[in-house]
Amino acid sequence: MSTDSPRTLFEKIWSEHVVVEETADTPAVLYIDLHLIHEVTTPQAFSLLREKGLPVRRPGLTLATMDHSTPTTPVSSFKDLEIVGEGAAKQVLRMEQNCRDFGLELLGFDSGLRGIVHVIGPELGATQPGKTIVCGDSHTSTHGAFGALAFGIGTTEVGHVLATQCLLQRKPKTLLIEVAGRLRPGVSAKDVILATIGQIGVDGGTGHVIEYRGVPISAMDMEARMTICNMSIEAGARAGMIAPDDTTFEYLEGRPRAPAGADWERAIARWRALPSDDEATFDRTVTVDADRLEPMVTFGTNPGMVVPISAPVPGDGDASFRKSLEYMQVAPNKPLTDTRVDVVFVGSCTNSRLSDLKQAAAILEGRTIASGVRMLVVPGSQQVKKAAEELGLDQIFRAAGAEWRESGCSMCLGMNGDTVPAGQLCVSTSNRNFEGRQGKGARTILASPLTAAASAVEGRVADPRRYLE
Amino acid sequence: MNPVEPLKTVQSRTVVLAVADVDTDQIIPARFLTTTSREGLGAKLFHDWRYLPDGAPNPDFVLNQPAANGCRILVADRNFGCGSSREHAPWALTDYGFRAVVSSEIADIFRSNALKNGLLPIIVDADTLAWLLEHPGVEVTIDVAASTLSLPNGSVVSYPIDAFSRYCLLEGIDQLGYLRKHDNEIRRFEESRSWTP
Repeated sequence: MSTDSPRTLFEKIWSEHVVVEETADTPAVLYIDLHLIHEVTTPQAFSLLREKGLPVRRPGLTLATMDHSTPTTPVSSFKDLEIVGEGAAKQVLRMEQNCRDFGLELLGFDSGLRGIVHVIGPELGATQPGKTIVCGDSHTSTHGAFGALAFGIGTTEVGHVLATQCLLQRKPKTLLIEVAGRLRPGVSAKDVILATIGQIGVDGGTGHVIEYRGVPISAMDMEARMTICNMSIEAGARAGMIAPDDTTFEYLEGRPRAPAGADWERAIARWRALPSDDEATFDRTVTVDADRLEPMVTFGTNPGMVVPISAPVPGDGDASFRKSLEYMQVAPNKPLTDTRVDVVFVGSCTNSRLSDLKQAAAILEGRTIASGVRMLVVPGSQQVKKAAEELGLDQIFRAAGAEWRESGCSMCLGMNGDTVPAGQLCVSTSNRNFEGRQGKGARTILASPLTAAASAVEGRVADPRRYLE
Repeated sequence: MNPVEPLKTVQSRTVVLAVADVDTDQIIPARFLTTTSREGLGAKLFHDWRYLPDGAPNPDFVLNQPAANGCRILVADRNFGCGSSREHAPWALTDYGFRAVVSSEIADIFRSNALKNGLLPIIVDADTLAWLLEHPGVEVTIDVAASTLSLPNGSVVSYPIDAFSRYCLLEGIDQLGYLRKHDNEIRRFEESRSWTP
């Protein structure tokens, strides 16, 4: 394609990173600008490098941390790993060893910069417009909020990037999601993305890179945009992106790994050319009507099984639908409000940034969580934790009866000992309500931080809007 | 890691999992990801469906039925492998003994991971899938070179696969080796960039 023809944001980044063009017989060799790594999906890749006697090609383009297997209990020394189990401890020690052996900087236990990989990349300013960003983690789509092309890869591909800084890729298709109208009070980015997944389905984005656009998207701060892009994978999409703008640049300016001085000016000029050209076309376009959105809650065992909080759960579906409702112990034809809640989780790469915690705290301030409810608040990074404590949010959570924890993935996937007991119902700000995701037999309702906090106060699935008057 | 064995044909009876949107948390629950190797995950495949809370095999789950013994082809309803990027999912399937997964849709990252581990992700049309779901245990032959699936009702169904992935499967090619052959191009790319990441 000539560079004169109109191109989308995705196409501009893609073509700038092609090392070897794709042909009918061979995929493109695509250069990767930032490789995020964590302890769960890398040990086998490092083993491969050792076997082949290969170094990490570009250690400076690799950002390493630990988040999945790490404890979130406030321990005095993170060396005490027994609490998360032998496997997790071994994995964490292996990560430390691998980073030492291959000369990689690790934002590990002793680092105040440690956190969920998708929270710290942006926080450090390492996530930037126009970059190609990958990680052995499907929620890498989060970084697309900055106008980067960011997607999850498997462990074999982690090995490819470590060894060559490149990936073999076929060019995906493009899907434009136009969010039209305006969001009503109490409706957040989480509700927009849940409604979008409900509309297009959990396979609606398969094979595509999504670009989100529209007045509500432009009006969102970077943290809300990250929530949107984060769950692109829940629609099956390869990646999700939002064009960079002044909001993006203001967020990045002055962050430790963002360009500075003359480099900053040059970067801004380059980034301003990234948004899709006016005439650029997409393989598909979908419109989401923001005006009609309410706080959204999932009722089934995939994120596409979602309803507005005041609406009834659908009456019937296929065998998979019925299996899902049976697992969730949810009745058809009735709204979820008033369903008793056992656990509330505020955290995960979807909703654990400062603005998420502020929203939950706004509802919890001066209130207490219902008796019998356990609430965990897990900040996305140690820096988010510190910022929240400076604002006194930890005091609000503690006074309300919630647990205030160290950062990590925690109860989103229950790898570190933070799990929902079998049969219990959790209102969670995370991204997946799959069977057993939060613990064997656990039942999950996905919702926004506002809805989660309101549900904690009432001890049942609750509409947060009554707290916002 | 062992090099991937060449894969030319798969001939086997099918195991049918008539569930849509089978996610990677069902294929291998997250609590089993605290491993640093890729061996032995077959024992945990579909763990929470396959075993009762007391650890005994769930007799209702298809893999626990005698007919499933030795089957190398898994047929599942639409959108198999959605969810996380964990390569532990195809590792668990291949360690168990599967060599192919057939569905009408297969999630992108799972598909990419499967192709790098000698597990064929086979996408068929809705009618073919419906027939396979209704006829569990039929003998099916997959011809990798021809990219076809032969059913006992006489139909021969083509499935999509990119030429490069097919070649790598047929020859047992390690894709990292192929990538490393482009070292000069990668170096030139790095030297010619107008900005550095």
